[in-house]
Amino acid sequence: MKKIDKERLLLGIAAPVLAIVVAFLVTALVLAATGKEPFSAFGIMFDYGMKSDSQVYILNKATTYYLAGLAVAVGFRMNLFNIGVDGQYRLAAFFAAAVGGALTLPGALQIPLIILTAMIVGAMWAGIAGVLKVTRGVSEVVSTIMLNAIATAIIGYLLQQGRLGHLDEAGTKISTTPLPESSHFFEFPTTPSPVWGFIVVAVVAGMAYWFTLSRTRFGFDLRTVGQSGSAAEASGVDVKKMVVTSMLISGAVAGLVGMPTLLNDSYEYSGDFPIGIGFTGIAIALLGRNHPIGIALGALLWGFLERGTGKLEFEGYDKEIVGVIQGVIVLCVVIAYEVVRRYGLKRQQSKVGAELAAQAARNSDQQEVSA
Amino acid sequence: MELRGITKRFPGVVANHDIDITVRRGTVHALVGENGAGKSTLMKILYGMQKPDEGTIAVDGEQVSFHNPGDAIDRGIGMVHQHFMLADYLTVLENVVLGSEKLHGIGDRARAKIKEISDAYGLGVRPDAMVEDLGVADRQRVEILKVLYRGARTLILDEPTAVLVPQEVDALFDNLRELKAEGLTVIFISHKLGEVLSVADEITVIRRGTTVGTADPKRTTTKQLAELMVGSELPSPETRESTVTDIPMLTVEGLRLTATDPDGVVRSVLDGIGFTIHKGEVLGIAGVEGNGQSELVDAIMGMRHLDTGVLTLDGVDISRTPTRKRREDGMAVIPEDRHRHGLLLEAPLWENRILGHVTERPNSKGAFLDLKAARADTERIVREYDVRTPGIEVTAASLSGGNQQKLIVGREMSHDPKLLIAAHPTRGVDVGAQAQIWDQIREARREGLAVLLISADLDELIGLSDTLRVMYRGRLVADADPATITPEELGSAMTGAATGHLEAPDETPEPDDSGAESTDTDPRNGGEDR
Repeated sequence: MKKIDKERLLLGIAAPVLAIVVAFLVTALVLAATGKEPFSAFGIMFDYGMKSDSQVYILNKATTYYLAGLAVAVGFRMNLFNIGVDGQYRLAAFFAAAVGGALTLPGALQIPLIILTAMIVGAMWAGIAGVLKVTRGVSEVVSTIMLNAIATAIIGYLLQQGRLGHLDEAGTKISTTPLPESSHFFEFPTTPSPVWGFIVVAVVAGMAYWFTLSRTRFGFDLRTVGQSGSAAEASGVDVKKMVVTSMLISGAVAGLVGMPTLLNDSYEYSGDFPIGIGFTGIAIALLGRNHPIGIALGALLWGFLERGTGKLEFEGYDKEIVGVIQGVIVLCVVIAYEVVRRYGLKRQQSKVGAELAAQAARNSDQQEVSA
Repeated sequence: MELRGITKRFPGVVANHDIDITVRRGTVHALVGENGAGKSTLMKILYGMQKPDEGTIAVDGEQVSFHNPGDAIDRGIGMVHQHFMLADYLTVLENVVLGSEKLHGIGDRARAKIKEISDAYGLGVRPDAMVEDLGVADRQRVEILKVLYRGARTLILDEPTAVLVPQEVDALFDNLRELKAEGLTVIFISHKLGEVLSVADEITVIRRGTTVGTADPKRTTTKQLAELMVGSELPSPETRESTVTDIPMLTVEGLRLTATDPDGVVRSVLDGIGFTIHKGEVLGIAGVEGNGQSELVDAIMGMRHLDTGVLTLDGVDISRTPTRKRREDGMAVIPEDRHRHGLLLEAPLWENRILGHVTERPNSKGAFLDLKAARADTERIVREYDVRTPGIEVTAASLSGGNQQKLIVGREMSHDPKLLIAAHPTRGVDVGAQAQIWDQIREARREGLAVLLISADLDELIGLSDTLRVMYRGRLVADADPATITPEELGSAMTGAATGHLEAPDETPEPDDSGAESTDTDPRNGGEDR
């Protein structure tokens, strides 16, 4: 029993490691093909990525990515492909910023209020896709993509002067009204720059995710639906309700994605608020196998790769190369997981077979049984 | 065709070792053995799906080695699988040519060829029918035709009668004789001995992965064959004393269920269904698959919305109760398709033990799972129900079918059920596990459980049931007394040929039916089903 467990762990780690190694090899080939020496590029990235200011940068980036990965993973565990995390977090961050900018309550009230607003908006936006799926059979993939576009349009419409927009003193940038000082989230006073306090929320979210999935009835139902919808239904899970609920949760977590940036960095929602993190979240959830620790490692890796690129650009490499690495990693990961999963299942089947055959052989010495 | 010393160290239930078989051209050769004896593995070797570790295969005196099914087809060996491999939404013609488009094209030439083969062997296949509209027997003929179309001269049929009623079996055997008369060879895998004796020219018996003997069907009885096959006496599903009470446990009244098919036509899949199962009673539903049995189970479990009808479980109206509540209230289910409805194949056994009972102890306390208790209880089920597994952390997929089923039975019996819905409880289960499952159903029945038994195995139905109903096209068309009915009579009602109360020809109860007088507590209550 224990042996099988250890093996499972080993197989679990083997897949991402394999994927990353292959991805780097492929990238090296691409680099070589563009006439650059590949290994010095990796050297530059690594050296630069390990510097202390880079470490802070990576941690802060990873906080955002981690939440995005979790949001996507909630859906994945249900077999729901929430591509709409992107629209959900942006819309959520926008409304949260608007609410935060409009009020001046004490921080202890206002910060939770901002976060809650974001989670509710995210959940509602994702919930639309969930309701459409269970009532009209609309694929959540299609509806969430559409909702992403709609979210962009809504933000574009509202982020104008006279609506929710606010022109800064220089008259060059339109944003939501900046949050009052009291609504700034705490920071860890690290040098050279601070680590965002929101990392604590991310860690708590990760623990809640783990606990809910593996230790609660609700989580069991959710995983059951993800593994086999038909078995879940027969076992008494209300699958439709589950679809809507998990979309709501996924959306609520997606609502958190923009919070580290909003509460620890920008303090407002403007045209340069980070976009596309929802899609990064998909890659990270895949990379982390929907496991809370895996997602954390994936998020850190992603941050590291991004940090490395900035430097590569200065050294005369093409910035796009990191896009290639990331793309190749995701591809390799998907393939490697499937290969390892099948291998593991087969291996276990044969192991069980062998053990039972051995048992049967022992028994048959004593009696002629018919099994 | 000759197989010599075939050995396959197959990581699974049974490995083949030292298999020796000689099949003569133009004969029907039966391969018998209990489930899990290694018949299917052997056939996969013969059909090129697996490679033997040792041993040789010779076709027409020439040694061959198959690397894939394509090689086998080139040698004229074709396989009709136990589970049909047909695309439902394609026509027969399309299914037949699929993958062999080069042989006769996909148009009129292919159609003509199909007609020709169909007429030559009396298969009666209509090339332009949609496969989804065909019954099981027709589908099987399409599978046979598919193989013949590809030029097979040797047909391997894996448990072809498992899904057929007796009349259809006879028709199949006529087809097989037709094939034989045309000089084709048929290898027929089965564990139904009566059938084997009636159709085979030669019989090879396999037990525990090896050939234990051959038999001449003209001079062998089923009993001798059975003993050769099992190595000991066959278990019997017969129930002895009646435990039927007059306390109704499940009452179904006026149940009607409709479904919209792909063309948008609303059809009723169940209509006018009514019956009562009392405490301690096993109600058996006979019927050819696809006549509404699955829908009936779904309806009782609450997975489908009733159009009309009332369900009462232990005096409580459950017609609108969600599935989970029904299960908490004592409804246990052994599903028809355990992989789709009864298990999480890639989850460990202890999670499978929680499945379906997540809200009940010992699996959870309040909103939280109690992993420790669930694991401990899984250990208990594994022990008490003799689930053969190295541990409870292995995935359900790594167990054999019989052991998966034992786990399901153990799980369902662990929550003091009032009603057990058992759909094909011993399908794909080896003889040892079969006997255990029968025992457990009988035991539970003695303790007052009401059982709804749905099965394609008529011996099982007749042997276990206290009352029998026959389902045909979504209606209960006939009822019968299991003490006097024969499988043949039941079979004819299953094809819609007989309705009402089925009376046995009055002179003879079964010769050795010692329990004949025990069935006088007539559990039937009225004919509200018509």
